[in-house]
Amino acid sequence: MAKTTPLHDQHLALGAKMVDFSGWDMPLHYGSQVEEHHQVRREAGVFDVSHMTIVDVSGPDARSYLRHLLANDVARLDTQGRALYSPMLNEHGGVIDDLIVYLMTEPGVTGEWYRVVVNCATRDNDLSWMADCAVRFDVSLAEQPDLAMIAVQGPKARQLAASVLSESRARLIGQLKVFQGQESEGWFIARTGYTGEDGLEVMIPEEEALTFFQALVDAGVRPCGLGARDTLRLEAGLNLYGSDMDETVTPLQSNMGWTVAWEPQERSFIGREALERQRDGGVPSKLVGLVLEQRGVLRAHQTVVVDGLGEGEITSGTFSPTLGYSIALARVPAAADAEASVLVRGKTLPVKIVRPPFVRKGAQGHS
Amino acid sequence: MSNIPSELKYAASHEWVRDEGEGVVSIGISDHAQDLLGDVVFVELPDLDADVSAGDEAGVVESVKAASDLYAPVSGKVIAINEELEDAPELVNSDPYGDGWFFKVKLSDPAELEALLDADTYASHCEED
Repeated sequence: MAKTTPLHDQHLALGAKMVDFSGWDMPLHYGSQVEEHHQVRREAGVFDVSHMTIVDVSGPDARSYLRHLLANDVARLDTQGRALYSPMLNEHGGVIDDLIVYLMTEPGVTGEWYRVVVNCATRDNDLSWMADCAVRFDVSLAEQPDLAMIAVQGPKARQLAASVLSESRARLIGQLKVFQGQESEGWFIARTGYTGEDGLEVMIPEEEALTFFQALVDAGVRPCGLGARDTLRLEAGLNLYGSDMDETVTPLQSNMGWTVAWEPQERSFIGREALERQRDGGVPSKLVGLVLEQRGVLRAHQTVVVDGLGEGEITSGTFSPTLGYSIALARVPAAADAEASVLVRGKTLPVKIVRPPFVRKGAQGHS
Repeated sequence: MSNIPSELKYAASHEWVRDEGEGVVSIGISDHAQDLLGDVVFVELPDLDADVSAGDEAGVVESVKAASDLYAPVSGKVIAINEELEDAPELVNSDPYGDGWFFKVKLSDPAELEALLDADTYASHCEED
């Protein structure tokens, strides 16, 4: 029996084409994935992301535990509500998952606690890893399965969301900085997302989810499915766990070097030694963007050929609705630059190697 | 339930064939096929004047989700292609039996039409899919 979110009936009523996503019955699209994509780039769309896993981390050792668990450093969170993107690594530096962690209190206060949002596909593995790593620390981990999560994304997302909410929530939405979240009347409202657009991710008691979702739709925010979510995140150059990185590669091989906090050097986090060895000894491969400027669509698992250097593989590929041509992320030999070719349905097509994001603020962002 | 017009013939590979008279047919893909594919972003059609044979690959339909081969449901010479699909491939989704047509063929063997599926048979074929 597939798991469903509190908005499941609403998706069906809106005519969604449903798809299995890691055991959850989720909307793929509500008619046209491409139109949903455009709506998010131009105005606003709403996504049910209640399948995501929310874990609250509290206790006297919460900070030291997360500084050990994560490659990025929660000590960088200097104000209440600040968010940090981080990989969670194994001892070999392989990526167990990528996540967002919010500092829920003022930093350093008694009772300091954090909220961590991890992928649903990796939930079981993440929770057992986090529990195993917590043994030496005085922390408690509490999954929050009763919270729904609704993402409102697009240049008009905050304005439209504020228009359907109470005065105090609307005021908060106007004040939030990018990558910051705050609680308001029992909701946690964060200015984060997975589309490359401005917007919000709202964690909300599940019984209130439908009213909020419906109010957004009535205000002209278009319901969007996982299909548009995937093309939006890929245009924005955001990795998808399980496709673009997994336990067999490190952040340094995944265009995520910026998420590794090397300083302070005395901070010992899981995977640090392996990452340092790889950094000093040479990274064998890297994750790059590819652009195909002729007809055709790059897709995951197609082979990338880099003359003189060997082969690589596309990890995510799609047609970019915003750009009108195909884009991809690919893992290629570390020395690759500028040009490569891809085997697309029996033909060898030339592609340009670029640095993601492909789309920035609704327009071409790669050089 | 997808739309399967009763006046058309169908191939098991989801192309439809409309008899335009005088040995000419137009060809496209069914509503069921476009629904499975999702948003179509490129259509690669056969060349004008090309000879196609029933069952052979005649083009490619690429959607955001997947690439799918297009098969010629009948044999003959390609006498027209829908050039509008170049700039507006979404017509395949919005109007699969009308403006989303792919190409027209002058039949070399009109008897091949008889071998195609009628709407009822095609409908049960879709249910088994």
